[in-house]
Amino acid sequence: MDLGPYLLLASLEGAVQAAVLALTAVGLSLVFGVMRIVNVAHGEFFMLGAVFAWWIATFFGGHPAIGFIAALLIAPLLTGLVAVIVDWFVLKRLEYDPEGTIVATIGVLYIIQQVVLMTYGPDARPVEAPFNHRFYFPWFGYSSYKLFVIAAAIAILIGVWMIMAKTRIGLVLRATQLDRETATAFGIEVNRIYALVFGLGAALAAMAAVLIVPIQQAHYLMGGDPLLLSFIVVIIGGLGSLRGTVVAAALIGMSDGIISVFFTPTLAKILATLLVAMVLVYRPNGLFGTRSA
Amino acid sequence: MLEVSDLHCAYGNVNILQGVSLSVTAGEILCLMGRNGAGKTTTLKCIMGLVRSSSGSVMLDGLEISQLPAHKIPGLGIGYIPQGRRLFSELTVAENLEIGLMTRNSGRNIREQVLEIFPRLRERMDQTAQTLSGGEQQMLATARALCLEPAILLLDEPTEGLQPSMIEQIRQVIISMKNEGAAVILVEQRLDAVLSIANRVTFIENGISRETVDAEKLDRDNEYLARYVGV
Ligand SMILES: Nc1ncnc2c1ncn2[C@@H]1O[C@H](COP(=O)(O)OP(=O)(O)O)[C@@H](O)[C@H]1O
Ligand SMILES: [Mg+2]
Repeated sequence: MDLGPYLLLASLEGAVQAAVLALTAVGLSLVFGVMRIVNVAHGEFFMLGAVFAWWIATFFGGHPAIGFIAALLIAPLLTGLVAVIVDWFVLKRLEYDPEGTIVATIGVLYIIQQVVLMTYGPDARPVEAPFNHRFYFPWFGYSSYKLFVIAAAIAILIGVWMIMAKTRIGLVLRATQLDRETATAFGIEVNRIYALVFGLGAALAAMAAVLIVPIQQAHYLMGGDPLLLSFIVVIIGGLGSLRGTVVAAALIGMSDGIISVFFTPTLAKILATLLVAMVLVYRPNGLFGTRSA
Repeated sequence: MLEVSDLHCAYGNVNILQGVSLSVTAGEILCLMGRNGAGKTTTLKCIMGLVRSSSGSVMLDGLEISQLPAHKIPGLGIGYIPQGRRLFSELTVAENLEIGLMTRNSGRNIREQVLEIFPRLRERMDQTAQTLSGGEQQMLATARALCLEPAILLLDEPTEGLQPSMIEQIRQVIISMKNEGAAVILVEQRLDAVLSIANRVTFIENGISRETVDAEKLDRDNEYLARYVGV
């Protein structure tokens, strides 16, 4: 292959990465932005989404599309429910203390991981893609499912943006993010908003995972990489800025894909981490962050 | 209408309020005066439930509200204009008003009424709150509270840092709210502003309400002011 088509292939792989990463990182960013807490267990919600997807797909059987669609609908819901329970029993009791919640979510990380190990087991298991055509470019064929992943992630992100920008609940979330005390003085029940946001953040990670399991198998340790990359993206994008998060995810995901294809995945991680260090030194509020606090 | 008795509250283990009592009835303006750090802002926050009281009571039309969750209190018809305005800075003027309207599901007609009081805001509907001038921000903070159709209005130093023309406009709004039957609690440092609109004045010192007097009894060389405010 010439360089051109090779670059196209690498960009497509990068775009798949970027799409899934953007969904996961937007979940983390939303939680940080509104609740001001760092959720170290975010990667485990991603993993739970994948594991639930396997269970649901296996339960439904039949045509792979049925199991997949069921998983795409139900897995984020179940994961969101787990997150709401964590919020209610752990975070709320800590009164959302910034340091306390970091330690507590580390605990939650291990609990979720071990419970999945004990029930689902140590194996990596695939979920079958809902369809498996190949899309033929003039130079190579490419999985149409991967193209679907990119489109689905974009659609979900547009959905999140619409909710935040255009709906009443989005307005309430933004107001709570800006000033929780004044929000309370106007009748907003902050604890309910927090539970909702924590659930929504986890559900977004789970959606990303359901999209990725047909490509990457479900495994109880699969949450580590998405967590690390989401942190990188959220820091580069500016803490709590959704627009910045999406742009940073595209940047990191694409470069990760392209560098991995041309060089090695390790080099991609090294460069991404270096970029974080540079951002922290020169633009501590992120490339798109505006808040000074 | 609103009756606060022997309110105590603390931040952590620092006692801030140690016995605040006051009352205000419909169609009346009560001013709270006291030195900086006396506990005026804390008293209003305590009424709003934003700071939990450790003892004492807040009765609204015979209903004890100090034990209610904080988010339920504004819905009873208490509009709060915090010190420093506390607008949702990155939201537009329209969105800030929308938050106020949501509190009690007020209709579009209320929004129109409020915008008739503050026509300047109508020209700025799509601007974010942080881009408004100080006076416009105070208008917006007031408008946001009026969106609740409040029976009780709590204003915390609304004229702080404003130009005289703006102060006059805020004053007119407070007077017209009173004339429409609202009960108003106003925290105010400026003596002339207090004397011209207050019915009664409660003096707070070190977290304790010391005395309540009719505004008519106060004048510039009154001993109360020297003792509690230092003018
Ligand atoms: N969040 C807080 N935490 C601890 N102490 C506070 C807090 N807010 C106010 N205080 C203290 O409470 C006292 C009363 O403050 P405040 O009610 O704001 O006074 P005022 O409005 O009369 O100037 C002050 O001594 C102040 O330092
Ligand atoms: Mg004050």
